[in-house]
Amino acid sequence: MTIAADLPERGSYFAPGWRLRDWLLTTDHKRIAWLYMSALLTFFFIGGAAATLIRIELFSPSGDFMTDDTYNRMFTLHGVVMVWFFLIPSIPATLGNFLLPLMLGAKDLAFPRLNLASWYVFMAGALITLWAMLVGGLDTGWTFYTPLSTMFTTDNTSIAAIGVFIIGFSTIMTGINFIVTTHKLRAPGQTWFRLPIFVWTLYATSLVMVLATPVLAATLLLIVADRVFGIGIFDPAQGGDPLLFQHLFWFYSHPAVYIMILPGMGVVSEILPCFSRRPLFGYKFVAYSSMGIALLGFMVWGHHMFVSGQSTYAGVIFSFLSFCIAVPSAIKVFNWTLTMRKGSVTFETSMIYSLGFLGLFVFGGLAGLFLAALAEDVHLTDTYFVIAHFHYIMVGGMVTAFLAGVHFWWPKMTGRMYSETWGRIAAVTSFLGFNLTFFPQFILGFNGMPRRYHTYPDEFQVWNVLSSAGAVVLALGYLMPLFYLGYSLFKGPRAPDNPWDATGLEWQTSSPPPKDNFRTPPVVTGPPYQYELPEIDRPADQR
Amino acid sequence: MDSVALHPIEASTLAPQVDLLFYALLAFSLGLGIFLTVLVLGYAIKYRRGSKADRSGERSRNTVLEVSWTTATALMALGIFLWGAELFLQRDHPPPDSLHISGIGKQWMWIFEHQNGRREVDELHVPVGQPVVVSLSSEDVIHSMFVPAFRMKMDAVPGRQTQLWFQATRAGTYDLFCAEYCGTQHSEMRGHVVVMQPQDFAKWLASGPTVESLVQQGQALFRGLGCSGCHGPSATVHAPKLEGVYGHPVGLATSQTVIADDGYIRDSILQPKKQVVGGFDPIMPSYQGLITEDDLGKLVAYIKSLANSGGTP
Repeated sequence: MTIAADLPERGSYFAPGWRLRDWLLTTDHKRIAWLYMSALLTFFFIGGAAATLIRIELFSPSGDFMTDDTYNRMFTLHGVVMVWFFLIPSIPATLGNFLLPLMLGAKDLAFPRLNLASWYVFMAGALITLWAMLVGGLDTGWTFYTPLSTMFTTDNTSIAAIGVFIIGFSTIMTGINFIVTTHKLRAPGQTWFRLPIFVWTLYATSLVMVLATPVLAATLLLIVADRVFGIGIFDPAQGGDPLLFQHLFWFYSHPAVYIMILPGMGVVSEILPCFSRRPLFGYKFVAYSSMGIALLGFMVWGHHMFVSGQSTYAGVIFSFLSFCIAVPSAIKVFNWTLTMRKGSVTFETSMIYSLGFLGLFVFGGLAGLFLAALAEDVHLTDTYFVIAHFHYIMVGGMVTAFLAGVHFWWPKMTGRMYSETWGRIAAVTSFLGFNLTFFPQFILGFNGMPRRYHTYPDEFQVWNVLSSAGAVVLALGYLMPLFYLGYSLFKGPRAPDNPWDATGLEWQTSSPPPKDNFRTPPVVTGPPYQYELPEIDRPADQR
Repeated sequence: MDSVALHPIEASTLAPQVDLLFYALLAFSLGLGIFLTVLVLGYAIKYRRGSKADRSGERSRNTVLEVSWTTATALMALGIFLWGAELFLQRDHPPPDSLHISGIGKQWMWIFEHQNGRREVDELHVPVGQPVVVSLSSEDVIHSMFVPAFRMKMDAVPGRQTQLWFQATRAGTYDLFCAEYCGTQHSEMRGHVVVMQPQDFAKWLASGPTVESLVQQGQALFRGLGCSGCHGPSATVHAPKLEGVYGHPVGLATSQTVIADDGYIRDSILQPKKQVVGGFDPIMPSYQGLITEDDLGKLVAYIKSLANSGGTP
């Protein structure tokens, strides 16, 4: 192999070898991170292909590209793959897996074998669901609403649901592993308030994973039981209640939104201080707000159901709690912004992605205020406004943060540098493409275009064409890194141990790290983010 | 491509109120969003490496600042919440002089029935200036009745009755969408709401194919389905009489009291053992699966019509 394996450094984690079994039977968290990375990228591009077909269909108001059934299967495929095969595991299973032990000065996660098992369970569940969707077709939407999913669709629903059920166990395994690792394996001197924010957010995410996922598992089993045994728990004709499903589903799926976004917040909390050469502003407030978001995230699920037949007063309470969760999110944004103040800002690729994250997260979050406001939500819910809102958070926020993190830690993970020029071009391209794709969807939603529509009235066409055109630019922005990062993997210049002059423990070991991470166990003596201004920017009296 | 959607037509009393909230939120969001964008870009440019900006002074935390922006955010959030909630609460209180229409969603069409028995499919005719209550139910999966011009939407859920109300303010034809994904032809489950001047509406309502009113059809069903055998005036079976029941309190066997509203009547037909009237044996069979949503609506209309006949039980 010519990849990083041939590095002269003895004992990088690539050294044990490149045979298939060196990867498939490894318990090294760094290698497992790559197993996840390759699987998740594959799924991301499958989900992206489905999105491409959707955008082609919506180019014109009539359904002339595919049939209605095919279209329904496409958006179901897109949703299921992106949510469960990419967004939920994305940052925790790849960057989190690689970095958590390094940031704690540990040799590995607390349960290395459980970590490998989680990957196999994930793959098993993902392949079962993917098979069900590609071979038979699944047209319930990723939300599996009853009684459509229990009484009115094909038999693949049960198989797909069982696949997602299995994936849930992988999520729980990762969550438990991260929680125990954070509690037990911190370096000497590394108190809770000396932890990087990325670790805080992974910890908060893990709590949500462990507490919310069992509810999803129970809900999916009830769907299967309803379909196979006809127990009728969601069937009104047998005294069941279709709304019960929505309560159970969103009790998992709203916290799941925070599983998706919290680690992204952690990533930019590492990158902004590094390229501003300043400590993170309001560290404790950012740490606490992560826990606040995780906690409040459990109490807002009913805001998906304002027009579902849920009682009016339940709606009022869920609306109130949803506005409460805006507060910790806003605290983070203000603190990130002020981190740059009086800093020495440079614009490396990962910094540009982080700034893009900040902008898109702010506008996505503000759009959330519209949807939390009850009377406004009555008009906007189930329209493209909702689609635009959560894509701003999930794609503009989470995917952008994921790319920021991949670029930031790439030298550590591979021991190679990549082209900053191409990196910057890709970051700016995806930012522009994203806005062009999703901003028109806010306007569509306000004008009343419902989501999951295969055909639509003519007056919506202009915005749909714009959105489809934007998707081409966005796809370009997402494809570019495949090429220059792929090139870097084989031909990139060797990376120094700490190319960004960053402060985290992970930068104190070699790039790529040895199998056991540190040659001498690190000791922590101070808070994180002890950045200093470079000579050139220091005030005269401090030079 | 004949026109570009920029701003949806406002055609109900609610629409301008919801839009005021929308534009207030838009102004607030753009204001804050642009402020933050300018701040982020401003800092990035002002403090770029090597710039001449003043960097003296400490500033990695500032508790006063943290507390003030937290409080400010919380107050703004509370204000928006109250505004949205206040408008939303109107939903449960249609004006008393409302016109009642029943709406049924089924894969993939909307069926509406007026009080006089006139039915229409994928079209709903209503008069301008009069409040209209649409009672929604579904025969299969969940649908959602959505009229963007009225800023109004409500799910039609199988097994329960929901309602929405609106008061149209201008005559015209407006889009009616199904907003809850309901299977293969979800995006074809569209129709129109035709808002007419009251006199035109009255003419339209009377001009339809002559059918019996909902109450008359309900009365026929009441006999046809055998209800009258037990609940009728000459019945010998020990069953509650239905005259004067609707809208009044009913004492249950569990010694609770419920108001006999649409939901209660409906439940009593489908799940008679759920809330048994005090002093009666639970002997009524369930009509679940034996009666369509359509017929159920007619039976309820008939029992409603008995509200003022006979004495209060």
